[in-house]
Amino acid sequence: MSAESTNLTRTTAAGLADLLTAGDVSAVEVAQAHLDRIAEVDGAVHAFLHVDAADTLAQASAVDAARAAGTPLHHLAGVPIAVKDVVVTRGTPTTAGSRILEGWIPPYDATLVEKLRAAGLPMLGKTNMDEFAMGSSTEHSGYGPTHNPWDLTRIPGGSGGGSAAALAAFEAPLSIGTDTGGSIRQPAAVTGTVGVKPTYGSVSRYGLIALASSLDQAGPCARTVLDAALLHEVIGGHDPRDSTSLPQAATGYADAARLGGTGDLAGVRVGVVKELAGEGYQREVSEAFARSVRDLEAAGAEVVEVSCPSFEAALAAYYLILPAEASSNLAKFDGMRFGLRVEPSEGPVTAERVMAATRGQGFGAEVKRRIILGTYALSAGYYDAYYGSAQKVRTLIQRDFTAAYDQVDVLVSPTAPTTAFKLGEKLDDPLAMYLNDVATIPANLAGVPGISVPNGLDDAGLPIGIQVLAPARADERLYRVGAALEHHYQASQGAILDRIPEVAR
Amino acid sequence: MPTFNSEEVARLAALARIDLTPDELTKFAGELEVIAHAVEKVSELATADVPATSHPIPLTNVYREDVVSDVVDRDAVLASAPASQDGKFLVPQILGEEA
Repeated sequence: MSAESTNLTRTTAAGLADLLTAGDVSAVEVAQAHLDRIAEVDGAVHAFLHVDAADTLAQASAVDAARAAGTPLHHLAGVPIAVKDVVVTRGTPTTAGSRILEGWIPPYDATLVEKLRAAGLPMLGKTNMDEFAMGSSTEHSGYGPTHNPWDLTRIPGGSGGGSAAALAAFEAPLSIGTDTGGSIRQPAAVTGTVGVKPTYGSVSRYGLIALASSLDQAGPCARTVLDAALLHEVIGGHDPRDSTSLPQAATGYADAARLGGTGDLAGVRVGVVKELAGEGYQREVSEAFARSVRDLEAAGAEVVEVSCPSFEAALAAYYLILPAEASSNLAKFDGMRFGLRVEPSEGPVTAERVMAATRGQGFGAEVKRRIILGTYALSAGYYDAYYGSAQKVRTLIQRDFTAAYDQVDVLVSPTAPTTAFKLGEKLDDPLAMYLNDVATIPANLAGVPGISVPNGLDDAGLPIGIQVLAPARADERLYRVGAALEHHYQASQGAILDRIPEVAR
Repeated sequence: MPTFNSEEVARLAALARIDLTPDELTKFAGELEVIAHAVEKVSELATADVPATSHPIPLTNVYREDVVSDVVDRDAVLASAPASQDGKFLVPQILGEEA
């Protein structure tokens, strides 16, 4: 790659937008630089399931033509983006990481994709993920895992490992993720990138292949807090096609990020969640968190410890609610209308038997496990004891958040208990895999927003993240506090991605 | 929670319409037993006086204009179907074997 195209792939989305607006570079040049980078490193990283260079360049060329014609454009027009494969894209294959949807071409766009197209962000491709977003490592993808660009033998997090790895490997300046229990934030933490789970309903769910409808939320992934804020403003806002969509406009996030970027948090009250620390958290993760807390205090924030006792049951409640909703949502994969159809090898070829054969072959192990668990949780005789109890725990977790936000403006914790582990290390121990999301799950159960921002490296040189949580509909606080954390970390350590080794090939 | 033996997994897999191999039945039984035990703690906290929450941010009276919109093209839908005929999905027999 030329020095110039290397520079383009290392530039932030905000920086690219400025270059494009000034006419210093064309959208086609920016897209080509990223496509070249994908061609160069994605064989090793495997962040993408689908790339169509001609389509990307056509979208970029349309932006250049519009700019030449003097058409008013969105500020991010021409900044390319990668989209998680759980988001449906008209005319572009969408699999959600599952073999059961191999080759499926959606006949419509998700609302967030319509918004990206309207703003003129050329789509680079679809990113790899755990099948139907069930996992914390992308190892449950039906198409093979994504490799962490920091160390190709390690996991990039999950389920949105592809969207995070694409950023860390400089294959894309922006990407879209979805977060049901941490699938945006945990991959961000283990790849040294930024990921935001907005307030439930801030970004439309129309056109997301549903995992757990009461938990799923799409959000922005980027290399800086400001870039994430800019992207959130593009994809957020009310959508009449999603009845859970919030009526508020998605504005003020970039301003909040710029305010936080001054490093000043005077008057901001920050709560450290007592229950999200201690046993189970890697030593360097705890140390980096303690340093960030000191940064917050130095920035003028008032930091106190708060207790959220019900968080200790969050993981248990989540692994009843999520499988229950997933078992229902995934019933649509019946081999009748889209995707794979497998006929039974013997006996009558009835719809019911075709469905069972199709799902037996098309679903991976984790999907089967969770559907069976969900079917169990919802079955007669157990519903009240398990699913009903989990819904009550959800109430208790919401009460904990409400009480905490009576005392403080935001909460902080480590994003994930450990840095990136080795591919294969936890694949045979589902419960160990689930524990990766212990700090991120409470936000999904309560619908509150969260961000992960890089805040350190462990002794092996692997990235660590800190999570900031805000009350529902107060997403701007994430961007202010997140940008302040980023500012103070970079002031002493420099940008974390400046320390990533070049991808081995 | 009862024991997740392979017979129980087979019963649930049949309800969920997923064919499992004998190896999968054995493997899942062991794994689900561990997971089921871990999620049991919800019943300790969920006392009778706590109301259930099904949705994180309740919205009420969500309406939209009653107008035709978002019509998806039939041919585009059928193009990705496993089988189609005469502008319709073509599916296996849906009733018993005497059909």
